[in-house]
Amino acid sequence: MGGIDLALIWAVIIGFGVIMYVLMDGFDLGLGILYPFAPDEDARDVMMNSVAPVWDGNETWLVLGGAGLLGAFPLVYSVFLPALYIGVFLMLAGLIFRGVAFEFRFKSRKNRHWWNRAFCWGSAVAAFAQGAVVGAYIQGFAVEGFVYVGGALDWLTPFTVLTGLGLMAGYALLGATWLIMKSEGYIQAWAYRITLPLLVLVLAVFLIISLWTPFVNPDVWERWFGHIGVIWIFPALALGCAVVVYRSVRQRREGLPFVATLGLYIFTYLGLVISKWPVIVPPNHTIWDASSSPESQLFLLIGVLFVIPIVLTYTAWTYWVFRGKVKVGEGYH
Amino acid sequence: MELDPLLLSRMQFAFVVSFHAIFPVFTIGLASYLAVLNGLFYRTENPAWERLAVFWTKVFAVVFGMGVVSGIVMSFQFGTNWSNFSFAAANFLGPMLSYEVVTAFFLEAAFLGVLLFGRGKVPQGVHLFASIMVAVGTFISAFWILAANSWMQTPVGVELIDNRFHITDWSEAIFNPSFPYRFTHMVLASFLTGGFVVAGVSAWYLLIGRDVRANKKALSMCLWLLLVLAPAQALVGDFHGLNTLEHQPTKVAAMEGNWETSSHTPLLLFAIPDQAAQTNRFEIGIPSLASVILTHHPAGVVPGISEMPPEQQPPVWLVFWSFRIMVALGFLMIAVALAGLWLRRGGRIYEHRGFLQLLRLMSVTPFIAVLAGWFVTETGRAPWLVYGMMTHAEAVTPSLTGGMALFTLVGYVAVYAVVFWAGTYYLTRVVRNGMQEGGEEIKGEVERPMRPLSATHTPFDDVSTNPSK
Ligand code: HDD
Ligand code: HEM
Ligand code: HEM
Repeated sequence: MGGIDLALIWAVIIGFGVIMYVLMDGFDLGLGILYPFAPDEDARDVMMNSVAPVWDGNETWLVLGGAGLLGAFPLVYSVFLPALYIGVFLMLAGLIFRGVAFEFRFKSRKNRHWWNRAFCWGSAVAAFAQGAVVGAYIQGFAVEGFVYVGGALDWLTPFTVLTGLGLMAGYALLGATWLIMKSEGYIQAWAYRITLPLLVLVLAVFLIISLWTPFVNPDVWERWFGHIGVIWIFPALALGCAVVVYRSVRQRREGLPFVATLGLYIFTYLGLVISKWPVIVPPNHTIWDASSSPESQLFLLIGVLFVIPIVLTYTAWTYWVFRGKVKVGEGYH
Repeated sequence: MELDPLLLSRMQFAFVVSFHAIFPVFTIGLASYLAVLNGLFYRTENPAWERLAVFWTKVFAVVFGMGVVSGIVMSFQFGTNWSNFSFAAANFLGPMLSYEVVTAFFLEAAFLGVLLFGRGKVPQGVHLFASIMVAVGTFISAFWILAANSWMQTPVGVELIDNRFHITDWSEAIFNPSFPYRFTHMVLASFLTGGFVVAGVSAWYLLIGRDVRANKKALSMCLWLLLVLAPAQALVGDFHGLNTLEHQPTKVAAMEGNWETSSHTPLLLFAIPDQAAQTNRFEIGIPSLASVILTHHPAGVVPGISEMPPEQQPPVWLVFWSFRIMVALGFLMIAVALAGLWLRRGGRIYEHRGFLQLLRLMSVTPFIAVLAGWFVTETGRAPWLVYGMMTHAEAVTPSLTGGMALFTLVGYVAVYAVVFWAGTYYLTRVVRNGMQEGGEEIKGEVERPMRPLSATHTPFDDVSTNPSK
């Protein structure tokens, strides 16, 4: 493959898919987590309506990521999934319940509270499991050769519980700022009220995780304190975004809190990627070790490069069609 | 007793994929039917076609939704329970599965929304085009996944280096020897599924006298179709079996329940295979017929199961009986289609209550036949996962313990029980409320497009009993 580094291209594609997933499914999972705390049933209607047209498209990124990993980085697929076995199951079960709740809640009257529960628990469990995956990735896996050799619950440590809870808080923040943008009146007021405490919580968790990480994984420490200081730009930018969230909420801006929260996650994510690069199956395996054969990567690349622009266009179009506020007692027409 | 992670993983995979499989076969058949209905309406402007299309689009939406939910689980199964296999076969399996997902997305992204919600909002020709594209998309989806499965049955075009498969020839690997047969057999199975379900529901509507004109049309059309498809399926099945004889003789031996290689082999109608004793009990058979079917000569030699040592034999009774169930249902379908032809004289197909009741019952048979067929195919290749190259035992996730596998097995059964209950329950309500002349839209729910189930307006439970709101 003279000159073209397919593994690198694929790393960018998968990395892009992951952040797309986190940001997009993030806010709708977040709404699920906030569900029990909503002021009333009308507010819940609005919350669900605000994501109903898009959540399904949001989740497609997860499936694309799963299949893409098998195609491009089989080692990731065949180490992460066994290592996170129970967590993956919980996540899938959560996503299933939540998906079904989306469909049936609006069609139910007397059983509605059951679908509310399915929606909330499904979202919370899925978010926690995803956060734990991030923690496990920072921790690293017990791998011999190309095979995971650890136990069933190795991934479940105090550290990963913290990252799990952290991501739940993070998604809730995304959900709250999304709701600010999409709602009005007392619902929006509620969303404003919970945003700042959530922001504080998220920053606190991020801080603890950052301080804790070097103990969990010394290589990361080395990366941050041994090298040139340029990488500090990411936490700095993330912090900048947090300030913008804070100020824009004080000023009662409607769109900016959400956008700034997106920024907060993008920079945090980039920081995480940088501290691991190019290791993809920690502790030792790089993207090149984890790759499938170049022919397979190329074969798949053709289709994916064809489809991603279409999916993106379609996504953008859907968000455009469903822009604007969601009112109580009214869905989209 | 030790919990065996291998056995549990096989049970789990069989459960999860069987659950998944029943939705795609229905979607594939129904998607084509919708395209036909929309096409007929486009050509003739007859509102009966449109009413049928509107109703079946709703059913399609629910089934598609369930297929997607269960499909998401599938794409993680290979990694969680079969990680060695995933790693070894990723060069081939990865692209195949990814292309399936990519096709599905492409479909959803571009055309599904238009099919489900575009009626009356986009020009009719555009709607028809979307409908055709959705149908084509389901075939492409099936193409990739069956290429993957067929390659596992008859692997070619690869070489095994350091325990990893490397592709030497893509087109050889994709169009492997069993693929054309499996694809055709599966597409016909999907059409039969769609056909029998539509026929069954139409028959029921005729029985209760609902939208009689449209349902007569639907029933008549289905029965013509089944008259062609059901015999075609038997024929294709025969070729499929002959091809299997060439590539996986032990599987065919198990299907025939034939322990010793022999000539003048009888076709067994009944037997209880006894694997421990390596023989059958209570055999009833037609002399030499198996030889005739498989070799086209009464003295033809049919391979025996005992060519393989016992630990390399598939579970014979399962293969044997699954095969019989599938074939018996196949012939039953032919018989029903012929009965339909017979009753056409004097238009009795629309009135004969017994026949209509029979059609109602027949609508579950294709699902059973499909699952039975997959059980033949999948258990018949044991102990191989990639035939002749990798066994189940080599493929299973090494770190998996019995406890973990049991936990998720029970978990999936529980989750699917709830989902399946809700889905089936809801689908029956859609059918019950469907096809009523003079508008059946239920007020009070606003349309939130882009999601499959929004295409239906049937409430999940009864609105009247509502204390809080
Ligand atoms: C791409 C591959 C693929 C595809 C499309 C299918 N299968 Fe399969 N099947 C497998 C790949 C596989 C496998 C990975 O090879 C399994 C897993 C464990 C095993 O025993 O083989 C298997 C096992 C397996 C078993 C258990 C066999 C045993 O324990 O000996 C059953 C009953 C089925 N499958 C049924 C199905 C059904 C109903 C399918 C319809 C969609 C299906 N399979 C599609
Ligand atoms: C065992 C391997 C299989 C895996 C891993 C798998 C995976 C998937 C996934 C992930 C989806 C959802 C895609 C989306 O989100 O839209 C899906 C849907 C689908 N699958 Fe499968 N599948 C398997 C077997 C099959 C088989 C054997 C067929 C048909 C012959 C099939 C046909 C379809 C079709 C037509 C869809 C479109 C959605 C639907 O019908 O509900 N799949 N599959
Ligand atoms: C009537 C006579 C039939 C014959 C002789 C027949 C023959 C076969 C054979 C030999 C196989 C196994 C092939 C292999 O594993 O290599 C098979 C598999 C299968 N059959 Fe049939 N079949 C018949 C009817 C049906 C019907 C009516 C259906 C469903 C509606 C059906 C659905 C399937 C499916 C889904 C499979 C598994 C996928 C595959 O390998 O193609 N079959 N059939």
